[in-house]
Amino acid sequence: MSAGPRYVVVGGGLAGLMTTIRIAEQGHPVDLFSLVRVSRSHSVCAQGGINGAVNTKGEGDSPWIHLDDTVYGGDFLANQPPVKEMTEAAAAIIYLYDRMGVMFNRTSEGLLDFRRFGGTKVHRTAYAGATTGQQLMYALDQQVRRYEEEGLVTKYEGWEFLRAVVDGGGVARGIVALDLASMKVRAFRGDAVMVATGGPGVVFGRSTNSILNTGAANSNLYQQGAKYANGEFVQIHPTAIPGRDKRRLISESVRGEGGRVWVPRDGGRWYFLEEWYPAYGNLVPRDVAAQAIYKVVYDMGLGVDGQEAVYLDVTHKDPHELDVKLGGVLEIYEKFMGEDPREVPMKVFPAVHYSMGGLWVDYDLMTSIPGVFSGGEANYEYHGANRLGANALVSCTFDGMKGGPRMIAYGGGLESLAADAPSSLFDDAVAEQRKRLEEVYAMTSGSENPYGLHEELGEWMTRYCTVIRDEEKLRRTDEKIGELMDRWNDVALPDAGEWVNQSVVFTRQLWDMFELARVMVRGAIARKESRGVHLRPDYPERDDANWLKTTIAEWTPDGPRLSYEPVDVSLVQPRPRQYKKDIR
Amino acid sequence: MSPKTDMDIEIPPPGTGSRRERAEGSVRLTVMRQDAPGGAPYWQAFEVPRYPNMNVVECLMEIRKNPVDAEGKRTTPVAWAANCLEEVCGICTMRVNGKVRQSCAALVQDLEEPIRLEPMEKFPVKRDLVIDRDRLFDAYKRVKAWIPIDGTYDLGPGPRIPEDEREEGYWLSRCISCGACVDACPQVVTDADTPFVGAAPISWARLVNIHPTGAMNAEERYDALMGPGGISDCGKAMNCVEVCPKSIPLMESIASMNRQITRHLLVDWLKE
Repeated sequence: MSAGPRYVVVGGGLAGLMTTIRIAEQGHPVDLFSLVRVSRSHSVCAQGGINGAVNTKGEGDSPWIHLDDTVYGGDFLANQPPVKEMTEAAAAIIYLYDRMGVMFNRTSEGLLDFRRFGGTKVHRTAYAGATTGQQLMYALDQQVRRYEEEGLVTKYEGWEFLRAVVDGGGVARGIVALDLASMKVRAFRGDAVMVATGGPGVVFGRSTNSILNTGAANSNLYQQGAKYANGEFVQIHPTAIPGRDKRRLISESVRGEGGRVWVPRDGGRWYFLEEWYPAYGNLVPRDVAAQAIYKVVYDMGLGVDGQEAVYLDVTHKDPHELDVKLGGVLEIYEKFMGEDPREVPMKVFPAVHYSMGGLWVDYDLMTSIPGVFSGGEANYEYHGANRLGANALVSCTFDGMKGGPRMIAYGGGLESLAADAPSSLFDDAVAEQRKRLEEVYAMTSGSENPYGLHEELGEWMTRYCTVIRDEEKLRRTDEKIGELMDRWNDVALPDAGEWVNQSVVFTRQLWDMFELARVMVRGAIARKESRGVHLRPDYPERDDANWLKTTIAEWTPDGPRLSYEPVDVSLVQPRPRQYKKDIR
Repeated sequence: MSPKTDMDIEIPPPGTGSRRERAEGSVRLTVMRQDAPGGAPYWQAFEVPRYPNMNVVECLMEIRKNPVDAEGKRTTPVAWAANCLEEVCGICTMRVNGKVRQSCAALVQDLEEPIRLEPMEKFPVKRDLVIDRDRLFDAYKRVKAWIPIDGTYDLGPGPRIPEDEREEGYWLSRCISCGACVDACPQVVTDADTPFVGAAPISWARLVNIHPTGAMNAEERYDALMGPGGISDCGKAMNCVEVCPKSIPLMESIASMNRQITRHLLVDWLKE
């Protein structure tokens, strides 16, 4: 074992892998934890592309305009300095992936091609067909495998993070994790820990997220005292395929490549986004598009065939071009819906997609627990009240680019290392987590099925805490969560097995989801304005005088204690947000 | 017109909503189970509610919500692995009615019943349908399936690549490491000393060799693919091509690497 600091990365998606690479390339050892083999992480689901202002199309794009689009698209809730850092690094990140061998689409000169995405007027999005996330993931997976071969990276795939090990001074000294095969609990020493475990979409039952995205790691840190920021800001993607198991994403790149949204009206086609938002048309940001679709379907009763659906139409496009630029996503529609979207318009509807909120971090990506860092969707750093399409891949990669070196700087400055901490610190942490697990194993006499409780949670959260936030209904949802938490104590664990016991793992995660759901709902009740994805019909306007501030949730046994801190808007002065005409 | 108006959206409770939420009839399944590594496998029958457009993963979700067998006797939920449910993470691969494929993309309406679910054959079982694919990922190490970049620093863009070559590479890079090609290959004999690496790692080697930077050390990948368990073990059964969910031209990849290796050996011989 190296005598210097040791590093722990939790999460095998883009943020976690890039953090790992950045630490390993400096010659430091990394222990990398992931629920699944890292290349199965949710980052593979990203489809459309990655943003970087390269200005290769003569449109005058720049990192500053990328910053402006991002903070404007986020309705001015993001602290601006980190966003500026990210947009300035974005082009180099794309070129780095290019050097790693990502098969990005090319121009006729063999250079990278770029396309348009929502909330912007320029071609800023590099893409590899419509499987960009998967391509980026495999590029990083391969680089990590190189360091694994060199002995710098040790992977713990099939392990779940349970807790940070925190010493008497409140400083993180490692983690406790669970082997999901043998169900053994173990502690790992680490001087700096990156938690990059993605979003909490599964709190809403069915979402576009992968089914492991419960947010449990974030929730456990929150329950341990880490601050959680802007929890009420959860993005609804306007175009997904409804399904009973999940909502399958139909990428925004479909609209970026000319796809049009319409519903039948008076015997014709009504392109309502193009009519309402002439400046951006079908490429309005996701919050605006989702709210418009809700209005058309529920308020005006114009859903396709009276259902919860609108058309997303690419049938006017050349089929070969569609295959080259959008192949992966059209295949998903064809495979799961049995209709060819090159011939028939797709039927889509909004679905929970991304959490702008997450663990509170400072500008060095450190959470409020010293030594614990957070990156990717798991933190709250860049996207404010609404994320722009193709900004997720750049933000999570940037967190890795930045987080690795910041962790090394922090680890190098420590006076005492985790290796020197008393073993009782780790033994006690393991004993505590083992006890919690045994308590779940002992839940044999109840009457509730954990998966059934989860379905109820998802229905309520999706119904009342997504596109429209009505205060009374939010309050009822908050009561419902309390009721579900009571009923959780009456779970009848369906499986006592000592090997790969998925029921024990899920039952534990279910509690963690309740805790996060409360953060989202209470935050939404408290925020008396409309901003980005947070639409309160009783307070329809953005209210900068009172609400230009970050929500901070801190855990108490009775639910989150909320406080607020100001937003750093030192770079771009807040202005009204609307996409009908250009007002930059 | 602003969409930000008040509206009262009442969504009906679970199970009573639109057509796709209502169960009609049932689906019969029979699942090969195994309680722990090395345990004895056994079959168990299940019957779950049938929903329109249902897939095999949804059937397994129904079982865990109400873990009873076909006779109504309580049992443990079937263990299986799943994540993306969009056929891109590759983890939910299993044998469905004898054919290796992703269970998320296996629609019940297309399957003969009772639907037989078995774990993949060529990988050790952890429990029920959960298997361990270490062998596949070790093979990626063996063939050095990565571009040897010189650090993550800002060195500008990568090499130019003509769009048609890029398309060839992209087609290969859609591999989701599901291991179906390895599972279906008759040449992969699991108790051999050095089992055949299978099609996916060979195709990864080809992909890296297409890239101008990867091509600079192509011979390392040739060396890795020669010898026991290497490319010469391919028996051209073509099963890999048949089961690949992404229609990757795996036989073309194997043929291409074969040609590259032959040329490489010839050049080496001429040099001597």
